Amino acid sequence: MLYSEKVMDHFSNPRNVGEVENANAVGQVGNAKCGDIMKISMRIENDIIEEVKFKTFGCGAAVATSSMATELVKGKTIDEALSLTNKAVMEALDGLPPVKVHCSVLAEEAIAACIQNYYDRMGIEKNVSKSCSGCCETCHNHDEHNNI
Amino acid sequence: MNNTIYLDNAATTPLRKEVLDEMMPYLTDYYGNASSIYKIGLASRTAIDSARERVANVLGCMPKEIYFTSCGSESDNWAIKGYAMASLKKGNHIITSKIEHHAVLHTCQYLEKNGFEVTYLPVDETGMISLEDLKNAIRPTTTLITIMYANNEIGTIQPIKEIAKIAHENGIVFHTDAVQAVGSIKVDVKELDVDMLSLSAHKFNGPKGIGALYIKRGVYPHNFMHGGAQESGKRAGTENTANIVGLAKALELATENLDEKVKKLSELRDYIIDKIQSDIPHCRLNGHRDMRLPGNVNFSFEFIEGESLLLMLSMNDIAASSGSACTSGSLDPSHVLLSIGLPHELAHGSLRVSLGYQNTKEDADKLLQVLPGIVQRLRDMSPLYEN
Repeated sequence: MLYSEKVMDHFSNPRNVGEVENANAVGQVGNAKCGDIMKISMRIENDIIEEVKFKTFGCGAAVATSSMATELVKGKTIDEALSLTNKAVMEALDGLPPVKVHCSVLAEEAIAACIQNYYDRMGIEKNVSKSCSGCCETCHNHDEHNNI
Repeated sequence: MNNTIYLDNAATTPLRKEVLDEMMPYLTDYYGNASSIYKIGLASRTAIDSARERVANVLGCMPKEIYFTSCGSESDNWAIKGYAMASLKKGNHIITSKIEHHAVLHTCQYLEKNGFEVTYLPVDETGMISLEDLKNAIRPTTTLITIMYANNEIGTIQPIKEIAKIAHENGIVFHTDAVQAVGSIKVDVKELDVDMLSLSAHKFNGPKGIGALYIKRGVYPHNFMHGGAQESGKRAGTENTANIVGLAKALELATENLDEKVKKLSELRDYIIDKIQSDIPHCRLNGHRDMRLPGNVNFSFEFIEGESLLLMLSMNDIAASSGSACTSGSLDPSHVLLSIGLPHELAHGSLRVSLGYQNTKEDADKLLQVLPGIVQRLRDMSPLYEN
């Protein structure tokens, strides 16, 4: 597996590992069957993501995309975070091997799941959660691939 | 690269200097085609004949029963497809196991698509097939049993002699994929009484791109590679003289003082197993505790994923492998680990360390020094792990 230097950097020195204390948003996507689980927690104040951390069970790319995605949304508004695409995460990491593209999709979904959790807690009726279309077929379209 | 501690000898092994030295003349001066009658061709012919004798000596058979192929996979393909086709008049049923190498599994699946019937025997939690299951699977139409000698991932060694006996009591031919066994443990084809046996040179410090198939006299699989009259007319293609010589030399070296080597390597293996079990909580040894290849260690670590583990080992200059889907290039974790009953997350979190003759206690200590910390670091990062 040939990873870019950026991927290896974010894998070996992942940013924002852990769980945010007093988090008001928590989202988890993926499942162990596929081999990837990402859990993201945030503290959101006045529409701004003040703090964000992740915990990931998965391959090198899963860790690196989690690390990069949290970096990219830190200090941003909710809308800015929701507009983060898996492509942007991949580009920021100088690319991913084709079989690892789903990891970046998972990172995008994890951010959305986290913000959805925030809306649910706040009683805001919005649906921003993104579910995987199974486009890369990495998961064999396991039924349980979506949020758990 | 030279600082790397290489612990992936089940994947492939470094070529031994003595082997390369013996191959060299056939890569340079003696380039003649072994089928030619002039001196430079005869030199190749002589070298091949001698190599065949040397291999037969080690395996305990006649030179005529050894056929050189391009690799272990070819040997498996030839034995299985060749014998399945040759015995079609008798029947179309083949028995194998769920934990075979893909060279056997995918060959059997191909035959299934083409009208054959295949029984895939399950294995227990140690990776062992049941002889009762085997007996029960036999049908009047069964022509071939193919069961691997030792598993490439978990190292479990099957009761080959007993399987051969059951096969022969029922008039069935028995092939074994012994790619992981030959060079690593004693393999005597007459003592085992197998009918066909596959082996591959690069698993015992020989060159890549050369294997062999033992075919007992009186067993006639159809040809697989059609063409010229090489290998007694059974396997066409100009002989790879250098590789054939390399295979023979590597096999002789690997099996020299074999009992002693097995003892030494088993001790190193057990040292690693015991230490991992005592130093790292939430782990599981995969494979059989005793009926196991001397160089094989395979663990699953809960809450973590194998590729991450391998990357971190690699950053510490240690080369090993995993049954994780992420490292296999396929979509699912190892079929072997799933077959011994591991849930997906444990199959994803596996580590295989396979030792070779060149590995030392210092190598093991380096691994044992960094492994607990790496596992803990990944667990601290894992949403599945709570202290």
